[in-house]
Amino acid sequence: MDTSVSTGTEGSVWGGGNQPLGASYGKLMMWFFIVSDALTFSGFLAAYGFSRFKFIETWPIADEVFTHVPFLHDGVDRPMYYVAFMTFILIMSSVTMVLAVDAGHNMKKSKVVLYMFLTIIGGAIFVGSQAWEWATFIKGDYGALETKGGRILQFVDASADNKRVAIGEFATTIASERVNHERQNGIWFYDGEALPSHSLVEVVAGFQATPNLLIRTEQINAEGEKTILNRAESLERIKGAVRVVEGANLIRNEYGSRLFADFFFFITGFHGFHVFSGVMINIIIFFNVLLGTYEKRGHYEMVEKVGLYWHFVDLVWVFVFTFFYLV
Amino acid sequence: MAHEHKLEIFRGLVKFKSNVQKIWGVLIFLTLVTAVEVWLGIAKPEFLAKEYFLGMKRLNWVFIILTLVKAYYITWDFMHMRDEKSSLRRAVVWTPIFLVVYLVAILLMEADYIYTVFKEGFLAWNF
Repeated sequence: MDTSVSTGTEGSVWGGGNQPLGASYGKLMMWFFIVSDALTFSGFLAAYGFSRFKFIETWPIADEVFTHVPFLHDGVDRPMYYVAFMTFILIMSSVTMVLAVDAGHNMKKSKVVLYMFLTIIGGAIFVGSQAWEWATFIKGDYGALETKGGRILQFVDASADNKRVAIGEFATTIASERVNHERQNGIWFYDGEALPSHSLVEVVAGFQATPNLLIRTEQINAEGEKTILNRAESLERIKGAVRVVEGANLIRNEYGSRLFADFFFFITGFHGFHVFSGVMINIIIFFNVLLGTYEKRGHYEMVEKVGLYWHFVDLVWVFVFTFFYLV
Repeated sequence: MAHEHKLEIFRGLVKFKSNVQKIWGVLIFLTLVTAVEVWLGIAKPEFLAKEYFLGMKRLNWVFIILTLVKAYYITWDFMHMRDEKSSLRRAVVWTPIFLVVYLVAILLMEADYIYTVFKEGFLAWNF
């Protein structure tokens, strides 16, 4: 059914007969949306590039941050394997989507149903993986100290090829009263930060008592690796530490530059939100296909339109993957 | 709405018999490119990771180019840009490219300037 009033001049050039872009209204609007959304994401990534170039010598190295794979807890570093898997899942779901579009062109309803279903599964696996990735990132790995100037100090073991050491491994236990400041005890119901597993005093005492430990700073050296201080410098530097940092939040993180975690949460979060809404839209269209809506309409252009959106989400991830994990 | 699909990729070097076949072919290509990216990211070959080109490591340029290659095939074959009119193609592709290149160039130059201010100016940050 037409949504516009017929004037009888549709065939002529000025009556709408001319189609310079040769695409239907719906598809064109989806392209418009994609262009504007692409510009939004570009703005985020450009801001990320800005902050990164500003702190180019101290930015965290992504392969040292994202080293975990679900269900494997043997302490072996697996840099980026899981992100590569996530990328593959998303490209794969893009393939099933384009197969659904193709089946739609050929009016094969059962095939559209199958491929839409597989696309939804792929999207769900991706969103789940991203949630896991966030949880791992927030929980943290080794823990670190923060100095008065907001610098992050990490620890390595000089006797074991400068392997990273978690603060829990060397912190001494000093009997003291540490109480979480909860909302119910605060004035105007303000609560304090959650207490770290070890207090600053414990970590510093443990560090001073263990001679093979060294401090790793944020500074990247000419070799492209983080600078490791010698023992004397380390003992001097640790005096400036003011707090224990475990994991990541929007204010500070144990990986290094504060902006790193902020951009991670913001950009992957915004992308994850797109994937989530994509899955929701796919589910709606999936049920419409099941009900035979498009079979009755005579064409599956709606599948094509959500397909465009879904591919766009994949496209954005390709860029996020490069700029967050590879570069 | 049966569409005509252009079934050639790599400027006619590879021709596919059907659209479905082309989709799988492009998937294999994209997977290959991703595998190469991950391998380069882990191995970090010396001649790429240590040498600089236009203020950035050569390796990073390789990553950016491979990303644009992937983006091209996703847009052209999965989003069927290859089958659209050139007017639509140009409107959708060149508008963002122009704006993004402009924005990125300005922001990165500005960031590089701030970096030198932090490094050489009278500003203490490492304490």
